[in-house]
Parts: sequence; C-alpha cells; structure tokens
Amino acid sequence: MTTAFVNATLVCPDGGKRQGNLLVEGDCIMRVGDFDAPVGAAIVDCRGRMLAPAIVDLGVFAIDKPACLAGGIVRVGLMPDQSPILDDPGIVQRAADMGKPELWVHPIAAATRALAGIDLAEMAINQEAGARAVATGRGWIADSGVMRRVLAYAADIGLTVVAHPEDAGLAAGAVATEGETATRLGLRAAPAIAESLAIARDLMLAGETGAALHFRQVTTAKGFDLIRAARARGVRVTCGISPGHLLLSDIAMNDFRTFAHLSPPLRSEDDRRAALAALADGTIDVLTSSHDPRGPEEKRLPFADSAPGMSGAETLLPLGLGMVHDGTITIERLFALLARNPARILGLDTGTLAAGQPADLILVDPNIGAQIVADRMVGRAGNTPFDGLPVQGRVKMVMKGGSILA
Amino acid sequence: MSASDHSPAAVLPGRVAFPHRHLTGIGGLQPHEITFLLDESEQWIEANRARAKNDRRLDGVTQINAFFENSTRTLLSFEIAGKRLGADVVNMGVGQSSVKKGETLIDTAVTLNAMRADVIVIRHGSSGAVQLIADKVDCPVLNAGDGSHEHPTQALLDALTIRRRRGSIAGQRVVICGDVLHSRVARSNMLALASLAAEVRVVGPSTLMPAAVEQMAVTRFTDFDAALDGADVVMMLRLQNERMSGAFIPSTREYHRRYGLTPERLALAKPDALVMHPGPMNRGVEITSSVADMPGRSAITEQVEMGVAVRMACLDVLTRRARGVEGWA
Repeated sequence: MTTAFVNATLVCPDGGKRQGNLLVEGDCIMRVGDFDAPVGAAIVDCRGRMLAPAIVDLGVFAIDKPACLAGGIVRVGLMPDQSPILDDPGIVQRAADMGKPELWVHPIAAATRALAGIDLAEMAINQEAGARAVATGRGWIADSGVMRRVLAYAADIGLTVVAHPEDAGLAAGAVATEGETATRLGLRAAPAIAESLAIARDLMLAGETGAALHFRQVTTAKGFDLIRAARARGVRVTCGISPGHLLLSDIAMNDFRTFAHLSPPLRSEDDRRAALAALADGTIDVLTSSHDPRGPEEKRLPFADSAPGMSGAETLLPLGLGMVHDGTITIERLFALLARNPARILGLDTGTLAAGQPADLILVDPNIGAQIVADRMVGRAGNTPFDGLPVQGRVKMVMKGGSILA
Repeated sequence: MSASDHSPAAVLPGRVAFPHRHLTGIGGLQPHEITFLLDESEQWIEANRARAKNDRRLDGVTQINAFFENSTRTLLSFEIAGKRLGADVVNMGVGQSSVKKGETLIDTAVTLNAMRADVIVIRHGSSGAVQLIADKVDCPVLNAGDGSHEHPTQALLDALTIRRRRGSIAGQRVVICGDVLHSRVARSNMLALASLAAEVRVVGPSTLMPAAVEQMAVTRFTDFDAALDGADVVMMLRLQNERMSGAFIPSTREYHRRYGLTPERLALAKPDALVMHPGPMNRGVEITSSVADMPGRSAITEQVEMGVAVRMACLDVLTRRARGVEGWA
C-alpha cells in the first residue's frame, strides 16, 4: 500500500517547517519533499494543513486508546505504577502488547521491586521483555545508596532512569505547594524545594555513575537551574513537563478543585513562568500529557482525599499549539518536545519525518477553534483542569505504521 | 471610617445585608457582612440570659448536625442554638472510620438532601469537605470546622467577644499564639479580624506556622514576648497533638517554656489585655490555670456563651430565605 500526502505543510523537528509531499510505503516513510505522487498511490490532499510526526507520550499512567488517538498520540511510555506493577518480565511483555496495532505501548519498568525503593528489579530481563526505560514511579527513592545502584546498573545496560524528583521527607502527606493558596485553604503543603533537593541529589549520582537520567516532570525555577548547570558539566540529563504545570499555578486549586490536584502539585506563578522560560530556552526536552484518568470515585472527594492526576492525552496537542500561537515556542520545537525527544529517550527510531522511519503521522489543522469540555472527552475520564478553556487546533487524521486510524 | 464602624443592618435591608446561601468560611465575606452577623448575634445574648430562652422562629425547621469528626463543645453549642430557636435538631455523629472517603461523603450529602433538611451543620476532618457537600445540597450549609481550613462561627464568636469587651475590633492588637499551621480557628480568626481592621500578630515556632501566613494580612513572630508588646488581646490556640504526625516541637515542656501563657508573660501585654482560648485547653501546656481562670482578664467562658448566640444568629439568617422572611424570600 502506497499513500501520498500532497500539499502538506511538513513540520519536522529536524527538517523544519516547509511545504511539500510525503510518501508512505507499507509501514514506513519512503520519501519527503518536492516530488510527484507515484501512479497508483492513494492520494491524501492535505490542503495546506500540517503533517507532523505522531506524538510519543512519555510517562502516562494508563493505556487509554480513545484518548490517545483523539490527541494524535500513537506511542506511549507507560509508567510502572500499574496493577500489577511493571516489575516482572511477563507483566512487562503483556503491557507492551496491550495497545497494538493502533497504540504502541512502550513499558517503563520499575527500577526497584514493587517500586519499594529497596531491591533492584530485574532490569535486563525486563528490557528483553520490552521495557524501554526504568522508573522510580510516582515516588522518590529515599535511600541514596539504592538510587546510586539503580543508576549505575541502568547505565550498564543502556537504559534511561525516569525519576520522580520529590524529596519524600518534605513531601510526605502534602497535596499542595506551600504558599498563599495552600495556607488559605488549610491544605497540607510541601515547600517547592522538595523538588530541587531531590533533583540535586539525583544529578550528582547520575554524574558520578554516568547514567542517563530523565525527570518526568520538573516544575520549579530552582530545578531548571540545577538541570542547566548539570548539563553544562556533562551530566546526561533530560526533563519533561506537562501542560498543567506550564499553564496553571496553585491558584487553580481555589475552591478545592480536585481536578487541579496534580503530582507534583501546582506551583507558584513565579515557578510557572520559569517553566515557560525553560520550555522556550531548550532546558525542557519533553512535553508529556502525564495522562492519569480519574473518575468521580477518585475525584469527587475532599481535596486531600482525592487522587492526584489529570486526564491529559486529548488536550496535550491543543494546549501545546496554544504555546505556539502565543509565541512561546516554534512549531518545530513543539514537535521536538512531543515526538522526537521522547522517542530518543525511549530509544525509538521515530519522531521525525525522515525517510525510513515508521509511518507514524498526524495531520493537524492548527487553526480550528474548539473548547475543552470535560464531560465530552472521549477518554476514560474527563478530569481536566482546563474545562471550558477555548483552544485552537485539532488532529484531523492519525496514521500508525502506515494505517490510517482516525 | 474603619470596617467595624459600619452599621450595615440599618443601611442594607434583607438579603442585601447577607447574600450568601451557605456559611462555609470567613473567606469571601465582606467586612459589613461579618459585622451584620455580629450585630444579629447581639440580640441573642440577652435572650439567652433570660429565664425563658425559647424563640419559635425555626418552628418546623429540620437542622441536621452532621459531625464527621468528634466534637462535644461545638456540637452541643449548635444543638442548643437550634433548639432555642425551635428547630427540630438531629445529631448525626459519624465515626471517622465508618464514613471518611469515597463517594460516601457525597452519598451522605445526597441522603441528607433527600430527607429535606432545612439547614445542615457540618464538621469534617478534611479541608474542603464542607464545600463539597454544600455544592450538592439544596439547603444552607454551615461549616462547623473542616480540616485545617476554616471554623467561621468560632471566629465570629471570638470577634463578638472582643467587640463587647474592648468596645471595637478595629485597631485592636490581637496576638494569636500556637499551632497556627493546623488550626482552622486561627485561619478564620486571621481572616475575620484582619477584615475588621484589627492588627493581627501570629506567633509560634516556625514548625507550626504556615508558609505564606504573612499574605493573610498578619504579622508573624517567633518570639512570644516580642509579640505580646502592647497586645490588647492574647488568643491562645490548643496544641493539637492529634494532628501532628511528625516532630513539630521537641517537647510540651519546651513548648510551654517558649509559648505558654503565664502571668509573667501576660504582664508584657497591656494591663487590661484580654485572654482567649477556643478550648478545650491543655492547662499547663499552652496556658497556665492561673491565667485561664484570671477574673476580669480571661474571656474563655464568655467565648462559650457568645458561641451559642452566634450560632443562633447564623441559623436564623441562613434559613430566612426558606422561611419566607420579608426581604429575604
């Protein structure tokens, strides 16, 4: 099967933004640029809309196919915090097969058994079973000795360690960041340095062991500064963030809105601005949905009792496009954050529009107006803190491995 | 003119004086609305001192006191307040273990609603739980304390006590001492007293102080003696041992040495400074008995008395709309 996308605005993190055509043969991209569609090829006239690499969402907590496809996501890096926990090769392999063929799940296995932070998990065997990285899960490994061994061992076998940087001693029991909102609402809060403290330790250990370290979410000014400095001295560190922490500050928790109960908790406006700056200057490598659908059973509760997390897969691209529209980042940078960089961290040969890569593509109309409406989300739950927000941009078509899905 | 000098009852008629459906906190109330509730409370003080205390204005009104967290004093105060107004008062004591999480709280709200309660008084251990219930029921909801968030009637009764004893709230230097971090009483009092133009000082060890407390229009101290300088009112908070899961203070002995209100320490405040405590007290920890029982200075039992009057006023005001009171329907 040969498909030719013509009259497209090609958006590639490596090749930039340009007008052109793209040819798909079988499950691969065959050719990109200025050429005539071959005879017999199915023609998709893009009518000037954007053809971009499909999104690779690094660090989701649920396999939610409808939400992913609606959001232009065809591959997810699945966090190990599942039931059962991804710390066993059988479970890892099963997770890897769960979404195919429409959605490819790349398991991120537990770095320690049962995510307990005590004993190393069978990283190499899990890697053979399909694990693309190992993670500390939603929690922090408090024991520095264990974390050092996790990093050293993962480095030996070429796996990136995905870490959750939040000092557990400071963050224990907290549901908010210390500040005026938490004080007024009487919510148990942790200081923002719970994050930078954890980052500082893990960066030192990564530097010493030579491991590749990825912080799934970095959300504070001090955290970004530490990462910039570590990179400058050669530490192999990357980091991500979700739109929630870029677009919302802790004020969003007012009225005890549990949809704004996230992990890490929403930060101050100063930290939010620092995150936008870090996005623009290249400090942040990955934009992730942190997709964590939670139904009313977990969200219609008093704030402290509710589960953290937001449903983000459907809104990831429109919110990212909003940052393009307002000039924070370029469109090429957006797709580096959404596709190329997460693919590299997971060791996947995808995420750009290069010939020979899997034909994982999305056709996007960046200008269609829409509104995020929690009740109308197609995913497993509509727990979005962006309910009611007008956005611009929509996925018109999703192709995974040469097959048009939506 | 200071905020507490308003006389809104005379200026603002009916619902304009207090347009809120619920009383979930002091946050969100305008100074004149707080003053309105204090003015309304005044009438019940004398009524409660009379031999015949019954008023039948809440005849036929069902008041449910749903206490998801143990409380004797506040529950009793609300029960007496409702009964003196003629309401049918039902107490629903729900053990913390049996109903705490999940849909159960919403289910309880829906159940209470289906039973056609006319006013629901709620105490809950989680901040925001009262708001959650208020969003789900058709009748007024009164917050009797939610987690570390707010305890509005306590702040109103404290403000009423201060206003009666000191003549005014505006300009009074009020020192709130103790476990501010975990205290809903402190939060509501900071909001109410600052809103009514008092000078509020909070004092306690940094381990028991919320991070951004200065942004609530109060001044923060760690030295009790320094904070007491020129104080008109010294409000002590209970050391809430049950809320402390970690090492917040080295020992109660050391706490008493630094933050216990003793006669010597009280001498640093104004000679006629008022001593207050929301109770129950840990005698010998945050306050010594000689200060707690000091005639003329301690307003602690008066606070309890004001509590009933304030709760009567709140129950009356919040049910006026449903009762079809002129100007409120």
